[in-house]
Amino acid sequence: MTVFRLVVVSAGLSKPSSTRLLADRLTESTVRQLSDGGRQIDVTVVELRDLATEIANNFVTGFPGAALRAAIEAVTGADAVIAVTPIFTASYSGLFKSFFDLVDHDALTGKPVLIAATGGTPRHSLALEHAVRPLFSYLRAVVVPTAVYAATDDWGAAGDGLTGGLPGRIDRAAGELAALLAGRGPAAPALPEQVVPFAEQLAALRA
Amino acid sequence: MQFGIFTVGDVTPDPTTGRTPSEHERIKAMVAIARKAEEVGLDVFATGEHHNPPFVPSSPTTMLGYIAAQTERIILSTSTTLITTNDPVKIAEDFAMLQHLADGRVDLMMGRGNTGPVYPWFGKDIRQGIPLAVENYALLHQLWREEVVDWQGRFRTPLQSFTSTPRPLDGVAPFVWHGSIRSPEIAEQAAYYGDGFFANNIFWPKEHFQKLVDLYRERYAHYGHGTPEQAYVGLGGQVFMRKNSQDAVREFRPYFDNAPVYGHGPSLEEFTEQTPLTVGSPQEVIEKTLTFRESFGDYQRQLFLMDHAGLPLKTVLEQLDLLGEQVVPVLREEFARNRPAGVPDGPTHAARVAARTEESVEVAK
Repeated sequence: MTVFRLVVVSAGLSKPSSTRLLADRLTESTVRQLSDGGRQIDVTVVELRDLATEIANNFVTGFPGAALRAAIEAVTGADAVIAVTPIFTASYSGLFKSFFDLVDHDALTGKPVLIAATGGTPRHSLALEHAVRPLFSYLRAVVVPTAVYAATDDWGAAGDGLTGGLPGRIDRAAGELAALLAGRGPAAPALPEQVVPFAEQLAALRA
Repeated sequence: MQFGIFTVGDVTPDPTTGRTPSEHERIKAMVAIARKAEEVGLDVFATGEHHNPPFVPSSPTTMLGYIAAQTERIILSTSTTLITTNDPVKIAEDFAMLQHLADGRVDLMMGRGNTGPVYPWFGKDIRQGIPLAVENYALLHQLWREEVVDWQGRFRTPLQSFTSTPRPLDGVAPFVWHGSIRSPEIAEQAAYYGDGFFANNIFWPKEHFQKLVDLYRERYAHYGHGTPEQAYVGLGGQVFMRKNSQDAVREFRPYFDNAPVYGHGPSLEEFTEQTPLTVGSPQEVIEKTLTFRESFGDYQRQLFLMDHAGLPLKTVLEQLDLLGEQVVPVLREEFARNRPAGVPDGPTHAARVAARTEESVEVAK
């Protein structure tokens, strides 16, 4: 049976963090809904807090350390990504952005991505739409329509007449991700880098 | 196997004293370092080319010509010559002139440069970096091999009946290396021409450079220049030595921590583990350098970066003494051991003249 690789990136800073909590809930729901369709899922969680120093070092030296390289390869090779960040100063956290700055800008092309965020107040929920979604649009990822924002209050609230509660939003977003994945086979392994033969490079200039 | 040093030519404050040398002092220090390199028995001195502070070497053939007059044996080279933003006609002329003045002790390394604004400063478009490297080198290659050149390309004015003077010494063009940190296209270019490929090997883990060198070797054979093992590979390296390992670490740490390129990042210990940097005793440098052969195969040239990050001249000269007296003689012996017969030595003018003569004898038969 084919196994799908789901990679979860969490940029929460405290341990435990509500960002990781939200990431775990989204993962559970995605795995459940895919399993219902008879799929096997292999989940890898990337905690950016553990990579914070290596991420900063990569900016300084230009190359990733071993653990960071493994994380970048996991995200690059994933069939789907769940990316969750706290909202700091009206946008994704600097650590979250720094990690995705280090992912090759072609590496997420066409990859299903579920975006989610946490924050102290619901007033920042649209940061997902004006900051996080454009980031993944630039990376040409396929971002599911429902982005999940969990304010502190959401962890103790039911839905209201206008929108479902947090569990409902989680299931809807996870369902969208599962549906996107269900129609696909696992991603093909990355092709080895192809070199354009030199005669072609020369000919292209003479054309 | 050739051993030498390559310099970036940075003017950097000494972090232990806060003192910054003047440009004049730094330029004279580079000359002193080159002379010392010859004195301690090294084979190659190479200088970078930069067009912005805090770097001084904007005019490599001027500097190398001056050094040529003060030395007798050492090969003068570059690390790198900007094939993207220099006019290939001027490179052909300058290095042929240098080749005559230095009686053939000249080769050079092509590079694209790593400072974005140099492209617009010299009227070029950085997005055309690779095409510029491809076309400009094709012209340079032709200028050194054909007496009269008619040429038309995308990036410079056409040439009609142009002869680059002086002609290369003995009719043999200087050997060319192509340096690249990340581009397989450049490994392919080096292989196509049967030129050398130089992996900087300093700032990245070796796995990264292994891929490029493997590609170069495989394509070198593909283009019929010989077996993959006969390709010309050069590697960078970076060391700081004292008799006792702990003394080396203690002395080098402030320079490492404040180095312009990687300072304020990973610790010295982390960087030593992840990259070819060695800080320790001469024996540790020998051991680390010998592992390069396991990673990259038998190779032709090893260049060390010795004089950056604000290290005072006196320290650099002491380092060269250690390199020349305690490290390189052992490396020469070890690298010569079990070296397969077909693997070429480092390229020299004399060998290239001899090879050309052999070729013409073959043709005459």
